[in-house]
Amino acid sequence: MDAILIQILNGLDKGSAYALIALGLTLIFGTLGVVNFAHGALFMIGAFCAVTLQKILTISVTTIDPERTDFLGNPLKVQTPYVENWFGPEIGATIVDWAVPLAILLAIPVMILVGFAMERGLIKHFYKRPHADQILVTFGLAIVLQEIIKYFYGANPIPTPAPSTFRGSLDIGVWLGFDPFTIIYPYWRLVYFFFAGTIIAAVFAFLQFTTFGMVVRAGMADRETVGLLGIDIDRRFTLMFGLAAAVAGLAGVMYTPILSPNYHMGMDFLVLSFVVVVVGGMGSLPGAVLAGFLLGILQSFASMNEVKSLLPGIDQIIIYLVAIVILLTRPRGLMGRRGVMED
Amino acid sequence: MRRQNFSRRGLLKTGAVGGAGLALPTIFTSRASAFTNEPTGSSVTLGFNVPLTGAYADEGADELRALELAVEHLNGGGDGGMLQTFSSQALDGTGILGKKVEYVTGDDQTKSDVARATAQSMIQKDGAVMITGGSSSGTAIAVQGLCQEAGVIFMAGLTHSNDTTGKDRKANGFRHFFNAYMSAQALAPVLQGLYGTDRKAYHLTADYTWGWTQEESIAAATEAMGWQTTEKVRTPLGAGDFSSYIAPVLNSGADVLVLNHYGGDMVNSLTQAVQFGLRDRQANGKDFQIVVPLYSELMARGAGQAIKGIPGSQNWDWKLEDAGTQAFVKSFGEKYGFPPSQAAHTCYVQTLLYADAVARAGDFNPCAVVEALEGYEFDGLGNGPTLYRADDHQCFKDVVVVKGAESPQDEFHLVEIVEVTPTEQVTYPHDHPMFAGGALGECNPGA
Repeated sequence: MDAILIQILNGLDKGSAYALIALGLTLIFGTLGVVNFAHGALFMIGAFCAVTLQKILTISVTTIDPERTDFLGNPLKVQTPYVENWFGPEIGATIVDWAVPLAILLAIPVMILVGFAMERGLIKHFYKRPHADQILVTFGLAIVLQEIIKYFYGANPIPTPAPSTFRGSLDIGVWLGFDPFTIIYPYWRLVYFFFAGTIIAAVFAFLQFTTFGMVVRAGMADRETVGLLGIDIDRRFTLMFGLAAAVAGLAGVMYTPILSPNYHMGMDFLVLSFVVVVVGGMGSLPGAVLAGFLLGILQSFASMNEVKSLLPGIDQIIIYLVAIVILLTRPRGLMGRRGVMED
Repeated sequence: MRRQNFSRRGLLKTGAVGGAGLALPTIFTSRASAFTNEPTGSSVTLGFNVPLTGAYADEGADELRALELAVEHLNGGGDGGMLQTFSSQALDGTGILGKKVEYVTGDDQTKSDVARATAQSMIQKDGAVMITGGSSSGTAIAVQGLCQEAGVIFMAGLTHSNDTTGKDRKANGFRHFFNAYMSAQALAPVLQGLYGTDRKAYHLTADYTWGWTQEESIAAATEAMGWQTTEKVRTPLGAGDFSSYIAPVLNSGADVLVLNHYGGDMVNSLTQAVQFGLRDRQANGKDFQIVVPLYSELMARGAGQAIKGIPGSQNWDWKLEDAGTQAFVKSFGEKYGFPPSQAAHTCYVQTLLYADAVARAGDFNPCAVVEALEGYEFDGLGNGPTLYRADDHQCFKDVVVVKGAESPQDEFHLVEIVEVTPTEQVTYPHDHPMFAGGALGECNPGA
């Protein structure tokens, strides 16, 4: 029982990331009709916003400590972050410590700008082209973006720790009546789960309860009719691209303490997120979220030793097996809409 | 208008005379090469096949820096580095056998097929007489096989699988880097001293040649001192999130987690194991411990806080105090501004060893180089007295046992040396079961 609970918890944080990325993918597909293979790169760029802010906050003034030496025997150059000089050692260290949550403030404008640049500069030229062309160009863009990141940040993962307040883990098992240390779950993963829930709820509320959201939903259902009513639906869809980019970026920022960012992390999530979109149903926002959590949990279960001993390698293929089964039984996915990708 | 009278016979005559004239110099000067890519001009080309993209790109970049430094030193530039401390004095800074050393580079992307293709291009297109570099056992074994077929020497870079000089050894291939068995033999007594003999170990292992041999070696060494192995779990290479593999450790009855991971996998699995509170918990009445058998400074930098106090092993560390290490660190540090990694060290040393073997043999012929390296004993290259064993082309030397520094003074001191394990403790017979199933075969000069 405890092993099952642990795997459900594990699946929730992984599923949260899948759900956030898939939500953005579905928003873009549902509004603009574009299959965006660069969406994983947006997740990665978000993560590197956290890395960048961490680097900015640790820009240091160099002083020479004549009593200590460096690896070549020269007097040691001591680096002290400017923020510690400006705000004092304690406040400065706290600001550096909270780099990841603070990076949200940096990531929102950066990701919206990146989203606009991508949509206006490249993707809008492919709206009327076949999906294969869209996939090729966005996949190429993703590779370009990850190579740019690698050029500036290197190839190895960069540690981006959570604030020290959230570095420990919670003994959830004790709450549920198990022995101590039976079900342990890191604080930050809980934070990520609730953060993802908040973002998902905010996106749905925005679409459901605002006039802008209502127009966008109407446009997703019948773009032509909304256009005939004199509404500039294209401009709104462009804004939705920026919103989707911001959601992916925020998902990336907050994931950095779980997975140290590297230039390839977007590709690792992209393929799985596409499967999530397909399983959830192309164009269905609730479907993307549901499938994200479902497949995250299933993937965790498939990694259990008991399961792997029965079906070796199942952890690597479970998502694709589930996708096959669901698409055979429900060709439009779990919550797919009629007419989407069916022409 | 001027009219030209070309007859068919006249054209043939002119062509024959012209062709003979053009061919004349080579008719009298060319001869059949004795071996692949025999250098005939004033320079000799080496091939540096390193990962410049992919998971080990940082190791590859550091290897390339060291290789360029080696070329500089061989050609008489810089301060000479380890040429000053090398026990052999056959190299005099005039290149190799008086030929200026030049090099070509390739990006193996840490993929076996790409590594073979880039090495093949270096051999066939660029005329490389020796290939070195690499940061993965998968690529090392692939390129070693190619070099054997092509008739050039392969001086392996960072490759730690037992198979490189075990079942996949080749006569044209040589490894300076230590291997998984040596890591285990050096680490096990230290683990016994730190954690006792009554421990239960849970292994998470990268699912490829290096991971398998690392797991086999460390499990055998720890079981020999009384530890039990509760579980061996294979994880896919580049899994990213290891939480679903780490969570079952909590209730497995184990009190030690052995992470047979390297590079990015190790950074992620260790960080996540610490996040799951493994190091804060007790199991079987003991503090839970984590062990990382193969370490590197570059990985320690990636793991950050999580690496503190974690034991492991290295082939070499820049903080060793012998003259060779100091000379290399000075050369490298002054040129690049930071100390070299163990990947950089092994590639630098391999290049010098190749050049020295050619100089001692007086010949670039691969079979002469093999003969010069087999059974060769040397010193002054950073690991103390070292033997290139003739039976399997594996170097035998001291191994460095390390642990993550508790309070590092700077980013270059993330790892501290616990012990330098003497060669005798890590030496094994060449027909040891973990290395069985292969044969060197005959050296191949190619051509």
